[in-house]
Amino acid sequence: MKFGRLIWANLFRKKVRLLLTLGSFAVALFLFAFLAVVRDAFNRGADVAGADRLIVINRTSIINLIPLSYRDKITRIPGVKYITHSNWFGGTYQEEKNFFPQFVIDPENQRQVFPELIVPDDQWNAFLKDRQGAIAGAQTAERFHWKIGDRIPIKTSSWGGGSWEFNLVGIYHGKRPQDDETQFWLQWDYFQEKVPQSVKGQVGWYVLKVENPDDAARIAKDIDQEFANSSNETKTETESAWAANWVKQFANIQFLIVSIGTVVFFTLLLVTGNTMAISVRERTAELAVFKAIGYSDRFVLFFVIAESLVIALIGGSLGLILAVLAVPMLAKSLGGLLPSMVLSPSMLFFGFATAILVGILSGLLPGLGAMRLRVVNAMRRV
Amino acid sequence: MVKVDGSGAQSSLIQVRDLDKTYRRGGEDIDVLQGLNLDVSPGEFAAFMGPSGSGKTTLLNLLGGLDVPTRGSITVAGDEITHMSSGKLTEWRARHVGFVFQMYNLIPVLTAYQNVELPLLLTKLSKAERRAHVETVLSVVGLADRMNHFPRQLSGGQEQRVAIARAIVSDPTFLLCDEPTGDLDRKSADEVMALLEELVAAHHKTVLMVTHDPLAAARAHSILHLEKGVLVEGKKSPHGVPAGGAA
Repeated sequence: MKFGRLIWANLFRKKVRLLLTLGSFAVALFLFAFLAVVRDAFNRGADVAGADRLIVINRTSIINLIPLSYRDKITRIPGVKYITHSNWFGGTYQEEKNFFPQFVIDPENQRQVFPELIVPDDQWNAFLKDRQGAIAGAQTAERFHWKIGDRIPIKTSSWGGGSWEFNLVGIYHGKRPQDDETQFWLQWDYFQEKVPQSVKGQVGWYVLKVENPDDAARIAKDIDQEFANSSNETKTETESAWAANWVKQFANIQFLIVSIGTVVFFTLLLVTGNTMAISVRERTAELAVFKAIGYSDRFVLFFVIAESLVIALIGGSLGLILAVLAVPMLAKSLGGLLPSMVLSPSMLFFGFATAILVGILSGLLPGLGAMRLRVVNAMRRV
Repeated sequence: MVKVDGSGAQSSLIQVRDLDKTYRRGGEDIDVLQGLNLDVSPGEFAAFMGPSGSGKTTLLNLLGGLDVPTRGSITVAGDEITHMSSGKLTEWRARHVGFVFQMYNLIPVLTAYQNVELPLLLTKLSKAERRAHVETVLSVVGLADRMNHFPRQLSGGQEQRVAIARAIVSDPTFLLCDEPTGDLDRKSADEVMALLEELVAAHHKTVLMVTHDPLAAARAHSILHLEKGVLVEGKKSPHGVPAGGAA
C-alpha cells in the first residue's frame, strides 16, 4: 500500500481529464448494465421455465384456439400430473399505453402448475368465490396503485369488445426475483359467460405439469399424436423450448443489443487506452527518473496498469451504482413491456469484470511502452 | 584521488578500463568514448568538462548503469557492472547511485517529502524509519521547513536541493550530477555547489559531476576534460577557475 499514495496522487494530476475519463467509464458501464438487463429480460422466459412443464398450443399458431375438450384426453396420457389452461385477454387499463399481460386462467390447477407464483390462501379463496374476481401481480398492482377491493375496468377489442369490470381480490408475488409479477388473472367462468358463442369452450393453450421431467419428450409426442389429423392439431413442447422459440422472434433485437454492447466495450477501451497513452507520454521523463533511481521495468508496468485499473474501478462502480438506481425506474417507465427487468448480482459481477478487463487492457499497451522505455533515450527527449 | 591513465590502485572506488562507446546513427558508427580509463577514490569530488557532444553525459550514464559500453569494464566498489543484466543493474543503481539531473526531475504531484521518500519505498524500512531518513536529509539540504511543499511552490535552487536530498536519502556509494547548476541563477548555483561540497567534506560522499560552468567545476577537487573520447586531467587557474574554462 506504500505505493497507493503515488498512484492516487498521479490520478489527480489532470483533474478535468480524470473527471472526463471517469464519466466516460460511468456512462459506458451504465449503458453496458442496462443493455445486459434488457437482453436478460428477453431471455428471462427460458430461465424461469420449469423443467417439468409442457405447453400445448394449436399447431397452426398460438393465435388459433384449441377445444376445452382436449383437457380430459391430455389428462389421461400417462405421466401428466396436473393440467391447466389459459387464454390471452389482451385488454388495456384506462389508456392504450397501460399495457400488461392479462390471462384468463383455470383456477382448478393454477397453483399446482405454477407453484412459484404465490397467492395467500384467503385471497385465493376469495378469487374462487367471485366470478368477477381478479388477481394482479405485485408489480402491476404497484404500478397502478391498486389495492385489494378495487374495481378494475379493462377495455378490450377482442372477445366481443367493451369494458370488462373486475374485482381485485388478490395480489401474487414471485418466489424468485426473476419471476414475472406483471400478470393479471381473470376467471375462466366469467370469461366463458361473456365471450361470443363462437369462441366458447375454446382455450388459448394448455400448460401441464408432468410427473417426471425425463418423460417430457415422450409425453409431448403422445399428446401431438393423440390430436394428429384432427381439425385442431397440437404442438407440444417444454416450457423452456417454447420460451426459447419466443425469444427467437427477437433475435435481431438481441443481436443489436450485443452489437451495441460490443461497440461500447471497444469505444471505452479506446478512450481509456488513449487517455493512458497521453498520460504516460506526458510523464516520460518522470518514468525515466523512477527507473534511474532503482524502480524496475515491471514496477513501471504495474504502476501504469494500477493507475488505469483504479480509474476503471471508480468509473465502473459509479456506472453500476447508477444502473442499480435507474433500472427499477426504467422498468417502471416501460410499463411491464419487458417484465422482470432485474440487475442481477451476476450482471454486476460481469460489469465489474468488464471494468477490470478494460482497465487492464487500456493500461497494458502504454504500460508496456513505459516498461521498455530506455532511461538514456527518455532523458534525451526532455 | 582521480587518475585517467589506468594506473589507479585496486582500492579505487570506481575503476574504468579501456571503455569504448560507439553509437550507430544514420548507418554510421560514431565513437563517443575510446579506450577511456578512470580511477576515482572514495570521498572524491570530480568535475567533467568538455564541449557539447564530447560524451560527458554518455560517460555519466555508463558509470550510473543507465547505459552499457561497447567494450571495456566499469567496476564500482568491487562490482563489475558492465555484464550485469538489466534487472540486476536496476537493483544495483538503487543501492549504489544517487542521480541529480539538470532539470531536477521531481515528481510534480508529490511533496518534497514524498519525492525524497521515493527511493526508500523500494527498501524494507518501516514508515517511521523512512520518515526519520527523509527528515534528516531534508535538514541536511536546509529544507526541513519545506517538506510539505510541492515542487511548483519551490524555487529552482530549492527544487535542486530536494533532488539532491532524494539522491542521498538511501546513502548511495556515489552521486552522479548531470549539470546540477545548468538551470539555476548564480546565487542558487552557488548554494547547490556549497551543498555538494558539504556532502563531500562533512558526509564523505563521492561526487562525479558533469558541468559546463567553470565556476561550478572550480569547486571540485579535480577537473577532467573529455576530448575526442578520452579523458584529460585539467588544471585550475590560481583563482580556482579551470584554465581555459568551459569549451
